Amino acid sequence: MRESVGIIATINKKKYEIEVAPNTTLLDVLRDQLGLTGTKRGCEIGECGACTVLIDGQAVNSCLVLAAQIDGHEIVTIEGLADGNTLHPLQESFLDHDAVHCGFCTPGMLMSAKALVDGDIDPSEEEIRIAISGNLCRCSGYQQIVDAVKEIPKK
Amino acid sequence: MTKHIPHESAELHVSGEALYVDDISASPDLLVGRVVYSPHARARIISFDLTEAKQVPGVAAILSARDIPGHNQMGPVVKDEPCLASEEVTFVGQAIFLIAAETDAQCRAAEKKIKISFEPLEPILTLDDAMARNNLLGPPRTMSRGDADSALQKSVHVIEGELRTGAAEHWYLETQSSLSIPGEGEEMMLYSSSQNPSETQALVAEVLGVQKKDVVVEVRRMGGGFGGKETQGNHVACWSALLAHATRRPVKIRLFRDDDMIMTGKRHRFLVRYKVGFDDNGKLEALKVELNSDAGAATDLSFAIMERAMLHCDNAYVVPHMHVVARVWKTNLPSNTAFRGFGGPQAIATMEHIIDRIARTLHRDPAEIRQKNFYGLTNNNVTHYGQRVEENRLHTMFEQLVKSSDYAERRRAIRAFNASNEFFKKGIALTPVKFGISFTTTFLNQAGALVNIYNDGTVLVNHGGTEMGQGLHTKIRQIAARELGVSLDRIRVNATNTSKVPNTSPTAASTGTDVNGMAVRNAIGTLKERIAESISSMFNEEKKSPTTNAVDIRFERDEIFDSKHPARRLAFADAMRMMVMRQVSLSATGYYRTPGIGWDKIKGHGTPFRYFAFGMAVSEVLVDVLTGAVTLLRTDILHDAGDSVNPAIDIGQIEGGYIQGVGWCTTEEIKWDAAGNLMTHSPDTYKIPTSKDIPLDFRVSLLKNATNPNAIHGSKTVAEPPLMLGISTWLAIKDAISAVTDHNVEPEFSLPATNEVVLLSIEKLKCHTATKASPHTIA
Ligand code: FES
Ligand code: FES
Repeated sequence: MRESVGIIATINKKKYEIEVAPNTTLLDVLRDQLGLTGTKRGCEIGECGACTVLIDGQAVNSCLVLAAQIDGHEIVTIEGLADGNTLHPLQESFLDHDAVHCGFCTPGMLMSAKALVDGDIDPSEEEIRIAISGNLCRCSGYQQIVDAVKEIPKK
Repeated sequence: MTKHIPHESAELHVSGEALYVDDISASPDLLVGRVVYSPHARARIISFDLTEAKQVPGVAAILSARDIPGHNQMGPVVKDEPCLASEEVTFVGQAIFLIAAETDAQCRAAEKKIKISFEPLEPILTLDDAMARNNLLGPPRTMSRGDADSALQKSVHVIEGELRTGAAEHWYLETQSSLSIPGEGEEMMLYSSSQNPSETQALVAEVLGVQKKDVVVEVRRMGGGFGGKETQGNHVACWSALLAHATRRPVKIRLFRDDDMIMTGKRHRFLVRYKVGFDDNGKLEALKVELNSDAGAATDLSFAIMERAMLHCDNAYVVPHMHVVARVWKTNLPSNTAFRGFGGPQAIATMEHIIDRIARTLHRDPAEIRQKNFYGLTNNNVTHYGQRVEENRLHTMFEQLVKSSDYAERRRAIRAFNASNEFFKKGIALTPVKFGISFTTTFLNQAGALVNIYNDGTVLVNHGGTEMGQGLHTKIRQIAARELGVSLDRIRVNATNTSKVPNTSPTAASTGTDVNGMAVRNAIGTLKERIAESISSMFNEEKKSPTTNAVDIRFERDEIFDSKHPARRLAFADAMRMMVMRQVSLSATGYYRTPGIGWDKIKGHGTPFRYFAFGMAVSEVLVDVLTGAVTLLRTDILHDAGDSVNPAIDIGQIEGGYIQGVGWCTTEEIKWDAAGNLMTHSPDTYKIPTSKDIPLDFRVSLLKNATNPNAIHGSKTVAEPPLMLGISTWLAIKDAISAVTDHNVEPEFSLPATNEVVLLSIEKLKCHTATKASPHTIA
């Protein structure tokens, strides 16, 4: 097996040229190599959604993606959701609706929600429930999260 | 307080900046720790050889029980839990060796090279087996009122039965984690995900053979706890500290999800047997209950959990004659532990199940039977253990909820629906919860705080409670701001740290805000007295007359002033600068012990609780008779949070607690195989509720005009009680199933009611109807 693979990817609008081990996941590279610890490890088998990031606008579980696969792609993590110091409307809405309890699921939840609202500015409650159903939350009853996504403050 | 105040760390959470143990960047020296655990449920360790494993590149240390410098013990109450197994293993998942290496891959490579041989022994893996072999963990306990036996003989109706409730996994999103950093000499600093930092500190000191003064444990936040980190957060802390001690380097252990599920304890499984007597109107006359719990391999908190179960067998109802006997059994499974509700859910599910059966026996609406048996407002309001149910809100809440949920109308509609649908049945249930608030281990009802005011007018609050998502720090911050009369942005709540507030109790038993809020208030009271004293003399030094008295000094809206002469005032920040110039100490501790409680464990009598929390829910479900699939159609909850300190946080806790209860009652099924291996050790086999499982229509509200005289600022804790409202879903499912026989036959039912349980229950009912119908068919 090769020791490492060189990849070039855009992460949160910044261009990275990095060497990664061929068997490392995107999740591990984000957290351990790039220090982007906002993306969480919940199960590492693609079942909990805590590690959700966007790859070319699509929500994916970064624990299921090999880092080498992101070569040439554009990644957005929770750290890239806000615009500088201005929170993304979804982040505002999570604050307004108390959709954050322990917060461990929050980054992944926000990224799944972002992928949804980017594709459909006015999703129905049912669509929201389906869109975040791959993101487990053990603290809330999901309702506050669903409401937060439904009632994003209009800019 | 109606203003919306979000969680104190919410901004950090939505931006991904909030740090959990696994996110803390330690030095480049950091080692990864791994726990090697037993593959056998019960076996003798014959021999082992670590030589080859230690040679794997990158490995810094591999430890066995022999390498523990202090005591090989981490039992929280009873010392029956070795930190590392030495001679015998007693469950699959029990730690035997610890490895520290540069990377996780190296740890795993080393694990493969460990040589160990076992002599397997026959394990005990079920409650039934433990009971058959009389494998008790300790002596049985009883709690009695009146004479249940003779009352049962006189009752017109007597029914008996058995109920099994399942185990459940906490499934905190953040698995057990701890980072240990060795300091000078014996010093050890730990960043832990623990609900009980003081106990973590004590056990780490014990295994390292050092003293508590040498160990500091800090908890910024947990990614969920739910009781799972009340004692079992100590384990990873001890293990990481041992490795850090041995290598003199920082070591982090974060359990992989599957390992966490395999190694840690769950909610106790219960087997309950009961015999109940009641009259023609469904009034309870006598109840005998036998509670059996599966403790797993060690004591942990099993006896306290069983005690709470014994204290909640009544739930919300007067039972004139009651006899409870409780037995805690030992098996070869991970030691079961605290989980939101702490024995309450199993007992309350039993009582609600009993009421449901009474209603079916008498062909009455269960809600009516419930209301009839509620504790009274002025009489019939003493529990089986002698505590009076004060401030009883059951009746008010029942009236309000029946109305707001449109219960009667929906009951009629469901009857009509069921009459005209063969393959789908609907069911509805209303269940209450009455939950005692306080640790039943009385000395634990205490808390400490340390409040520092700085000369720029900002305030750092330290207290003994830990934040696990329940919003404790947010509430503490609000309480501190209110007490000091300053705006929230002046106040920060520090990470919980054993060097700031010592000898604290766990954040558990729903007491977090109640006791820590009071301790903070007391610390601030001391500070205000000192400040008022100095400020009044300062005013008086200006020779104003009449003079200012310290008692008239007020703290409001970021100002300090003389209420009798309101012109004499100072901005809070200016005043604090002056206080330092005037040599006034701006640091104070606060302490609180819950008053008015007293509990005789031996007699099983007294006032174990400061007050009771109340909640009530109506849930409606749709059951697919052909598949057993259940849809939660609508849930209405009315909950008593007193004068809520933060209504939005409380509503979130109620929704979350209810859904956790629904999980325990429906989809969450823990299974072990015949050798004691956990079969449901990952999220693809163990199903906690997702956003698709919540009620289609979910309505939660707080009881109005409900000041609680017994806790901080008139509030009431929320925490555990709403979990038990999930039982309404379980009984709604049973209601739907029993509609298959038009409520004439009692369905076979257990908890959780998985699709499989539902389907089998329906199939049995169908057979029953078929056999009953057959003679007529033949005739
Ligand atoms: S950590 Fe990737 S889905 Fe759970
Ligand atoms: S907020 Fe704790 S898991 Fe979602």
